[in-house]
Amino acid sequence: MRHGKYPFVIGFLFAPVALYVTFVIWPYAQAFQISMTNWRGLSAPQWVGFDNYRRLLDDGAFWKAVQHHGVLLLALPLITVAIALFFAFLLNVGGKSSGGQRQGVWGAKFYRVVFFFPQVLAVAIIAVLFQMVYRPNESGLINGVLMKFGLEPILFLVKPNLALWSIIAVLVWQAVGFYVVLFSAGMASIPGEIYEAAEMDGATKVTLFFRVTLPLLWDTLQVAWVYLGIAAFDAFAIVAVLSVDGGGPDGATTVLAMEIYRNAFVYSKYGYASAMGVALFFLTLTFAALTLRLTKRESVEY
Amino acid sequence: MSITPEHPAALDRRTVLRRAAAVGMLATPAIGLLGACATSGSDGDNEQVAGGTKSEKNPLGVKEDAAIEVVIFNGGYGEKYATDVHEPLYKTAFPKAEVKHQATQAVSTVLQPRFASGNPPEFVNNSGEKLMDFGALVADGQLQDLTELWDAPSVDDPTKKVRDTVVPGTIEAGSFNGKPFVLYYVSTVFGIWYSGKLFKDNGWAPAKSWDDFIALLTAIKAKGITPYGYAGANAAYYQWNVILTQAAKIGGTDVLKNIDNLEDGAWKQDAVKQAAAAWAEVGAKFSDKSFEGLKHTDVQLRQNQYKLALYPSGDWLEGEQKQDTPAGFDYQLMPVPSLTASDKLPATALRATAGEGYFVSAKSKNPKGGLEYMRQMLSKAGAKGFTEVVKAPTVVTAGSEGFAFPPGVASSQAALKAAGQDVFNLYFDGWYKELDTEARTATNELMFGRINADAFVERIQKRADAIKKDSSVTKFKR
Repeated sequence: MRHGKYPFVIGFLFAPVALYVTFVIWPYAQAFQISMTNWRGLSAPQWVGFDNYRRLLDDGAFWKAVQHHGVLLLALPLITVAIALFFAFLLNVGGKSSGGQRQGVWGAKFYRVVFFFPQVLAVAIIAVLFQMVYRPNESGLINGVLMKFGLEPILFLVKPNLALWSIIAVLVWQAVGFYVVLFSAGMASIPGEIYEAAEMDGATKVTLFFRVTLPLLWDTLQVAWVYLGIAAFDAFAIVAVLSVDGGGPDGATTVLAMEIYRNAFVYSKYGYASAMGVALFFLTLTFAALTLRLTKRESVEY
Repeated sequence: MSITPEHPAALDRRTVLRRAAAVGMLATPAIGLLGACATSGSDGDNEQVAGGTKSEKNPLGVKEDAAIEVVIFNGGYGEKYATDVHEPLYKTAFPKAEVKHQATQAVSTVLQPRFASGNPPEFVNNSGEKLMDFGALVADGQLQDLTELWDAPSVDDPTKKVRDTVVPGTIEAGSFNGKPFVLYYVSTVFGIWYSGKLFKDNGWAPAKSWDDFIALLTAIKAKGITPYGYAGANAAYYQWNVILTQAAKIGGTDVLKNIDNLEDGAWKQDAVKQAAAAWAEVGAKFSDKSFEGLKHTDVQLRQNQYKLALYPSGDWLEGEQKQDTPAGFDYQLMPVPSLTASDKLPATALRATAGEGYFVSAKSKNPKGGLEYMRQMLSKAGAKGFTEVVKAPTVVTAGSEGFAFPPGVASSQAALKAAGQDVFNLYFDGWYKELDTEARTATNELMFGRINADAFVERIQKRADAIKKDSSVTKFKR
């Protein structure tokens, strides 16, 4: 039945591809075009060539944002994956084995649902929630308790060297649940006999984790890393709602999307904002390509 | 784990995930899509209606049956004043015309595409957090010149031009490079607010000189109340407003004019430096570090709870806080005190302006109708109706006659009267948003003790210089 295969395939693909091109590819192409203009959002844009990109080079806020993405790119995946792996291991294979079947710790099913809660909440709600948690006076969740004990309140979002880490903590808190579920699914597909064999050879739980679970989970880890890396290039909603003075204090928590937003919708510099968008696009692309390339290795068949 | 098209079953979970990741990679930085607004919109495909016959009732020559579309920002003032007062006035004057009403909380979100496609509404109340950049609109020729309106005879007295029925400074506030484009309708007075009750109970009096002010702050602090504070998280401009008001009082109104006109070294003027140093001290000694992480609503609430004594704001504050103000709180305004005895302006001097901007779209179908709508707004009936609905005074001098304002607005109107000719305003924040952003950031740095006054003026000056050099930014002068 090779005959007529292509018309059939094309017939099916036409609608989604047309939609994708119109609403995803075309706006991207337009962003490239706009980034070469001084468009202010109203009348016809004027062509300015690479002017906007030259401006990027000495824009302090832009470089600050890029730097923060560097920090996020290291911290967010590392912390999230470490915590998620630990929880997933406990929930799936951390408990006793019964009848040759590895079990999670007591109450694993309950925890699995609880860990997923943050994922269900809208990002904006999480940001508003953490405004309450971080609030720097007696009505804050953390500082309220501290002040009851007569301690000085911690100015989470206000201290320049603490602010970014306070934001990262929220991002991690929000992401962990999803990766616990992702890793749990990965672990569930690892055959029980392998664990059994390893245990018979006298492997401890730590050895089990590093020698069995981790290598067999490599593909899933790789996916998690790419996802989290991309999340690290975003972080807009949390920063916009949660941070002081829109990415402050003094740009201490700003990210590229925040600067794009500011340039486009506060300063009406759509051309310049598009140039930042294009820069972000290439950063994300480079990161994803690099990660997929570097983490490529023989996957274990079982 | 090889995948060939012949074995579609080999498309297992991980492969799907990996592919999903690739798709996500393209879709996640969705911010890139923000530039996706249509740039292809053409101008001038919007045919404007012909004029009507000019008459005493219709001095602008509006076409009697042409429709007009009104877009109102549904914020602090609501939309009731438009639907219940101004639109009926227009309908009465032109019974055959249709008035289309739309209210929104995000003006630019709703209108940006309409301007881009060349089909803007006639009359717009451009205000709120998502207002459209007036400077950009002017630079783009989107706004109707209001000279014709200001020179037209007023509704109530045909011998009087509209320009003579409003508070002095109104037209200037909405002018760009000397041409009036925006009608600022609500009279706004800035100052430092306190609770009349709290002050009376403690025997405190508002300060006129700096020594009195420091003594007052010290007394308040001794009582266990935070003497002074503003919200660093989102309202730092309330504080740069105080610093610049102080600077104008020290060095005269030219200090602000130089700043607005981006003169070289304008921010480094001695008056600005002195004002910044004085207020940095207030920030260090009489404020609370936690305020940097609070929003204006939080800080204003603290004042209503008598945990904060003095708060800088404009006279919309009383209306904004209506829900949370305890009975008998009694909002009162005190002008920013004098810093030295040799200040150029007296202690009563203050910043006042017309606020809440309205414009007519030059490229709309019926711009004359928009101008006429403004003329109706500026009539005695229009202004009185507005004041009755929203409890705020308008720029129409005769509009608030005989109206009993709540205590806060009454005190700010009294302060405005006491100031006489020593009323000034500043414009740079509306003209150059980037400079506003920088001033806000620098103000937080200054008031919460991370930089000193020298560094404060230095960094804002640097940004002002950069804007001056930036050819893509339209410049304004006054």
